Formats: sequence, C-alpha cells, structure tokens
Amino acid sequence: MSANVISLDGLQVASRDDLTKAIETQGCESSACGTSDGPADMDPATWEKVKDHPCYSEEAHHYFARMHVAVAPACNIQCNYCNRKYDCANESRPGVVSERLTPEAAARKVIAVANEIPQLSVLGIAGPGDGGYDWKKTKATFEKVAEQLPDIKLCLSSNGLALPDHIDELMDMNVDHVTLTINMIDPEVGEKIYPWIFHDHKRHTGIEASRILHERQMQSLDMLSERGILVKVNSVMIPGINDKHLMEVNKVVKQKGAFLHNIMPLISAPEHGTVFGLNGQRGPNAAELKELQDACAGGANLMRHCRQCRADAVGLLGEDRGQEFTMDLVPEEVSYDPSKREAYRDWVAEERGERRAAAQEAKAETSAVVATDAEALLVAVATKGGGRINQHFGHATEFQIFEVDAEGVRFVTHRRCDNYCVGGYGEEDKLDLVIKTLEGIPVILCAKIGDCPREALEEAGIEAVQDYAFEYIETSVSAVYRARMGLPAAEAEIA
Amino acid sequence: MSYQIVVKNCTVCGACEFECPNAAIAFESDTFVIDPELCTECEGNFDTPQCAAVCPVPETCIPA
Repeated sequence: MSANVISLDGLQVASRDDLTKAIETQGCESSACGTSDGPADMDPATWEKVKDHPCYSEEAHHYFARMHVAVAPACNIQCNYCNRKYDCANESRPGVVSERLTPEAAARKVIAVANEIPQLSVLGIAGPGDGGYDWKKTKATFEKVAEQLPDIKLCLSSNGLALPDHIDELMDMNVDHVTLTINMIDPEVGEKIYPWIFHDHKRHTGIEASRILHERQMQSLDMLSERGILVKVNSVMIPGINDKHLMEVNKVVKQKGAFLHNIMPLISAPEHGTVFGLNGQRGPNAAELKELQDACAGGANLMRHCRQCRADAVGLLGEDRGQEFTMDLVPEEVSYDPSKREAYRDWVAEERGERRAAAQEAKAETSAVVATDAEALLVAVATKGGGRINQHFGHATEFQIFEVDAEGVRFVTHRRCDNYCVGGYGEEDKLDLVIKTLEGIPVILCAKIGDCPREALEEAGIEAVQDYAFEYIETSVSAVYRARMGLPAAEAEIA
Repeated sequence: MSYQIVVKNCTVCGACEFECPNAAIAFESDTFVIDPELCTECEGNFDTPQCAAVCPVPETCIPA
C-alpha cells in the first residue's frame, strides 16, 4: 500500500510516561536483544544459519528479503483470533492474503521475485492455513522451488499439531527454519484460545482439544530441536488470557531448545470478524508488550523486530512489494538468473563488515566519553534497509527505534501503522498520526524532510535531523547522542 | 445419502478434499463440490463425516 502513514491502531503507544517507565525498568541487555549483534553472541554454526535470514537475525533484516507464498490454505485448528473468511489487500497482518497459489504458480512467482529482488534469501509458507497440515501442497512447493533455487532458505510456520508426522521429510528437504505458534503450555489457558482442533480424524473441543494440541506442539519442538532445525516460537499476547502465562511459555520453549521467542501483540478489531474481535478482546499496548518482553529477558532470545507481515508479503521486512508480483503479472515461463543475487550477496558481505566495524568504533568512542549512568536516548530512524538512514520522512511507513547510551546503540523495535486499512485520511491527519507514532521519541533521523513537517514535529517536541542522510544508523545515532550531550563527534561518525 | 457444500460459506481452503476417504470432493470452477454418487457420509470409515468435522465455517458441509 502506498499511504505514508504510520498510525498505531494495532500497537498503541501508551503515554510517554508509561513508555519511559517501561524502558527505565529494564534497558535492553545485550542478551535480551538476542540476535542483534551477530557472531559475538552466537556460535558460528547458528550464525551461519541465520545470518541471511531477516526474520531470525535483526542484523540480516536490514539486508535480506523474504517472501511468503500462500499455498496451504487448509487448517486443522480454529483460533479465536482468526477468521478464515477475511481478506483485504490493504491490510497487513498474519494470515491475511489476497491470492492463493498452486505449488506450480508459487514456484514461478518465487523465480520472478528472485530475478527482480536480489535481496531475496528466504521463502516461507506461513498461512493462511497450516503448512504442516496441508502438507502435500507445502512439500510440492518447496521441492519445485529448491530445484531451481537451491540456495534459498526454506521456512515453514505451523501450529505444530500435524508436524510430528512430517519431520523427517522436512529434514530431507533441508528446511532448516520452522516457526511454531505456541500460545500456551496449559490446556486451561488454551481452552480460551482454541475452540476446536481436528486431529486423528476427529474434531476435538474444550480442554481435550488444547491438551492434544499442547502435547503435539511439545513433541514438534522436541523433534525439531533434536534434529538441529532452528525453531522460532511465535506467541500471540492476549491480555487477560495468556499475557502472564507467556513468561512460563518462554521458559519452557527455551528449555526445549527454541532459538528465538517472538511475542507478538494480538491484533483485534470487530471488523476482522474474529471471535476476539467481536467479543471486544483487546490487544496489548506497546508498553504492555515491552514489559512482557523485558520480563522474559534471560529466557529464550526475544525477537523484537517482528513486523507481523502478511502471509503473502514480498520484500524486506517493513516493505511489501507483493502487489508487484500478483500472478497476473508473473510471466508463464520464467527462468532464474542468479547474477543479481550473487552480486548483491558479495556487496552485503563487504557492507555489513564495514558497518559493524564503524558501529564498534562509535561505541568505543562513546563509552569513553559518556558516563555509564548517563540517561539513554531513544532515536527514530527512517530507513529503506541496508542499515543506513536513507528514507525521506514523507515516504516512511514505519520507523525503526534505536536506544543509545554509554553501552552503545541497540535496536528496540519498529513502530508502524500500515497493518490496518488507513485510507481516508488527509495529509494533515497523516502527519498527526506520524507524530502520535513517535510519541516518547525526541529525535527522528531521516534522509530528508520538508520544512512544514519539520516544524510540526518541532512543535510536538521532536527534533528531525537530516544531517546524517545515507550514513550508517549506529554511528549516526551515537553522534546525535553525543551532540545532545554537548560532546564532539567521534572520528568514526564523521568519516 | 450424501453431504453437500454451501457455496456461499465455503472459504475454498480444501481441507475437506483431502480428508474425504472416498475422493468424493473436487474443486470445480471456483468452489469445492461433493459428488453425491461417491459420498457415503464416511459410514464404515469414520464416526463422523470428515468434511463437516474439519470445515472451519459452521453449517457449510451439511446433509444434502
């Protein structure tokens, strides 16, 4: 979608105080940020698996793109946050998709995308439906794609109910990333989320349904971990139902070998037609979400850069180019041209090394001059990827939020608003929404900004800075931090 | 004795198609259709008709 709007319909930012409080209670320990630093906090074998995977590595998500294909529409469970009838081209949230594909069509689409988007590194099957249950179509798609693009990473999202039946086939196909959606480890909690499941030729309801689901999910997790397949666990945070419980889930999934735990906010509105949407079940606000994520620090590594993308998303996290690759635009015959992807990979290898070195240097110089107890600063960044400040303020549909103090620069989260239909707003309203989105953030870095929006931001107490256009994010954020403290810029930041 | 699919409710997910023990369900033009000649309501195979048990939309796979 094209609107340059960020609203926080889904992920509301609570008051500035709440946010500050949530951030003060716990900064972002490096261990909690999980995968952000790359090799330093990860064994080399794991890093090799995740370094090009935007959903598993915070660093990789600046460089690499994923695409999802909706080939497996059948599902074997009913969740109260899902309505299978709903679809909207202007909406972005998990499970929503406009076009269902046969495995053959999906393979053609993947090749077409690989030819156009050299950043493509991952193909995921992530609904609507369950790829582990609608297995024949999932398998056929992976096989057809792997024939032509042997280096693409194959990824599967599943509720885990049917997955134990297919683990060996996953191994055979080199699927090395699986996401399990696990919302509970206590069937009594599950009963409030899952009205029924279909398993072993029967529909099960009530507590029995959740008991079976839980057992199969744990079995899936064990089997995947045993085989060295990286498992990410997604949990939907549902206030009043599983919010506190997710701390237990976090402990258990970590114990069982999950590599990442991604706690996502429930997206719920009456117009979605879901049980939760209709009964008024609300999603968490940003402060509640962060509080839970912080409380889980020390458990399984937490993923903070999840964008909750559409099931047919194409592109870097935070951009969806799916509309450019609908099947009517994909040619009947496509052949794969590897040259663009190879050239891009070479460039990334060099670029990410330089960026990391620059960030290290800026960090060292900052920690040398800034007191260890100096207050941290939150900085918003408009970026199109590549780890640089390279987006015009007016084109941003989301912002990356970084936190900086004497310890260095850390990615905190995204703030976005394109996950809902936002049509019908005038330009002024859009700016208001952006300002609301940036609440609690005193500085925004962008490649360029017009005088009008800059003044409007200033009135709202937000300083817009375009002096670091096209520079690395980390060095620029630390330069801003030092400048605000009246300290001179470090060498790495000027270079 | 046969089941049928209520077209206006069907989400075309296809779960019924592969759960059907008689291969009685097929995709035709833009929806799934149960062949009444082949449908046995799963008698002799399962306790309940599989299409109705797996279908995500209530009142969609019903007795014809």
